[in-house]
Amino acid sequence: MGKGVAITGMGIISAIGNNIDENREALFAGKTGIGRVVKINTNHKNEIMVGEIAYTNSQLESLLQLPETNNYSRTALLGAVAAKEAVESACISDINEYKTGLISATSVGGMDMTEKYYYEYLEDKTVQKYIEAHHAGDSTQKIAEQLGLKNSLVTTISTACSSAANAIMLGARLIKSGKLDRVIVGGADCLSKFTINGFKSLMILSDTYNTPFDENRKGLNLGEAAAFLVLESDAVVKAENKNVLAYLKGYGNANDAFHQTASSENGDGATLAMKQALKVANLNAEAIDYVNAHGTATGNNDLSEGKAFLRVFNTMPPFSSTKPFTGHTLAAAGGIEAVFSVLALQHNVLYPNLNYKTPMSAFNLVPELELKEKPITNILSNSLGFGGNCSTLIFSKQA
Amino acid sequence: MEKVYINGLGSISAQNTFDNSEFLNTVEFYTENVIPAIDVNYKAFISPAAARRMAKGIKMGIAASRTALQEANLENVDAIITGTGMGCVRDSEKFLSAILDNDEQYLTPTPFIQSTHNTVGGQIALDIGCKGYNFTYVHASVSFESALLDALLQLKLKESHSILIGGVDELAPHTIEIHKAVNHIKSEVVEASKLLENKSKGAVFSEGANFFVISNEKSETSYAEVVGVKLINTLEADELETELKAFLKEQNLSMQDLSTVVLGCNGDVEFDGFYDVLVENSLKDTPQLYYKHLSGEFHTASSFGFWLAARVLKSQTIPKAVVLKGDMPSEIKNVLLYNQYRGQNHSFTLLKSC
Repeated sequence: MGKGVAITGMGIISAIGNNIDENREALFAGKTGIGRVVKINTNHKNEIMVGEIAYTNSQLESLLQLPETNNYSRTALLGAVAAKEAVESACISDINEYKTGLISATSVGGMDMTEKYYYEYLEDKTVQKYIEAHHAGDSTQKIAEQLGLKNSLVTTISTACSSAANAIMLGARLIKSGKLDRVIVGGADCLSKFTINGFKSLMILSDTYNTPFDENRKGLNLGEAAAFLVLESDAVVKAENKNVLAYLKGYGNANDAFHQTASSENGDGATLAMKQALKVANLNAEAIDYVNAHGTATGNNDLSEGKAFLRVFNTMPPFSSTKPFTGHTLAAAGGIEAVFSVLALQHNVLYPNLNYKTPMSAFNLVPELELKEKPITNILSNSLGFGGNCSTLIFSKQA
Repeated sequence: MEKVYINGLGSISAQNTFDNSEFLNTVEFYTENVIPAIDVNYKAFISPAAARRMAKGIKMGIAASRTALQEANLENVDAIITGTGMGCVRDSEKFLSAILDNDEQYLTPTPFIQSTHNTVGGQIALDIGCKGYNFTYVHASVSFESALLDALLQLKLKESHSILIGGVDELAPHTIEIHKAVNHIKSEVVEASKLLENKSKGAVFSEGANFFVISNEKSETSYAEVVGVKLINTLEADELETELKAFLKEQNLSMQDLSTVVLGCNGDVEFDGFYDVLVENSLKDTPQLYYKHLSGEFHTASSFGFWLAARVLKSQTIPKAVVLKGDMPSEIKNVLLYNQYRGQNHSFTLLKSC
């Protein structure tokens, strides 16, 4: 194994809170952020549940002290808030001091503005500023600008629901190879009419609270969120005498190569990704103390992921999905679940899989149902997406 | 650290670039402000039933990637890494306008599925049955360079052996209209040969797919060695020379070692100044090539530049149509590419003859 990858800061905004402390409190109290959609004017209001962030765009703009002329999409606003918290918590005063990069992830990008002004763009000069805010890289450029990051490696990954996990993975590889000393990694996605209708047309949205790994699960709840980690090399940690929250110890990415949207029934891709991550971490499956599952509560995902668990683990460790707290936050999911995993390591707790009632008939896997205190050293977190994209991260107390 | 080589390529563009036995023997000089890529015979790669619902981006991606694989004598690779600025944006438009026009009713999922940015990468994986690493980068004009950077990391550290990388973007009608509205597309048509003399705002938009098999093993089909790539999010024009010198120094090279430089200038009077800084100063004696008068501009147009540099290095010839300035060297050794779009997301890429 090469160099260690230390996590020295983190930031988050999600339906269960606007920062790390609020998210932690909600997780520990078993408090969901799922409810009816308020900020998006959709006909499906009464048929779906979502994990929406409390702040309005203008509240986020004033939080960031943006001028009125700004052209930030909601994705960029959320991303900037979370990334700033991450950098502050890592006690970084000069962002350009070391070789620093930013790797973000998004699937929605500026679609929230495009769907608002799609036809107005042609005529109304006052909204045309958002045209260039549409493409996925724009939100990342804005986050870099908010962090004051200049002359640097900045890029964006979009691999559907595994995007932020992949951004974290790339960041780790850039640190390990010595290309960067420090990198801010994560993802951001806001709710949009586009994704609501997209998942609705795929008929995988639940009309009630999502219930991962339950026999009677009815689909997912969409959510919006942003979360970022600060990763630093051993050398920076030593030089700056940094407080290390946890280490990113393993990562794996594989493709199911089965179907454009569905996962293979036996979870080939997820199995490969988990095995690869264990190999990179140099750990046996038995060393995993808790699994933060992708667990979207769709019929297909939970079956495929569960089958993959059985192929990777002889004895299944405690596991749960935190999607009932936040909803499925798409490209940001791997980021917020990375933050949740680090919090679990710091506080030695396992999160409950809310709303669970009936075991699945396909296998004998029952998730954690209560918040449980337990010494934890290694956590495995999955993110699986469209296009067959499967990613696994392993977080650890040890380098 | 392993050396990395380009062992196969496939290009679909506004030019006749799909046949690897030719190298810009005939060139199309368009007089347009939007130029579509020339369709190839997709049926040779995709069944007609599947092709019918497939986005042009996917079709171009599959045809270009299979051509690259074939040339490299490979059926599969360890990883597929795609760059795309906008993904299959026609499907995004189709799905969004259906939402807006039909008040969120009567929607079918196909355009939504294809609008996901990693569709092309996912479809290529499905097409060749590749269960390996699969990433898609979506960062404007460094989308392709991000894919290249990722592949170089894996190949130089021997984590992988062969990787398929590519840049792909497609045109879409509404996106064209709104970019015309803000003059990101030139308001008037321009003659391709006079693109840089026109001195107007905006660029000529286009589309295309350029895919490459890169490997840490040199083969008979090798085009060039990929020495390095650097991405820079923001840059002041007066910092450009320092950044370039630092990049070359990392490769133990100086400006004098460059046989030629391939520039991403697109005729946008507001932003071509970045290229002028280099060609009027430290690169003033270096022969200069350009290509966006042939390929048009899109987020992954620089993958066409990469294709051009690879072809130039292997054939040791420079098509007349891409010469911007200077006497062409008899031996072409180190080729530098520099690109940016609208003053952001700059990249340096260095290729070397092998």
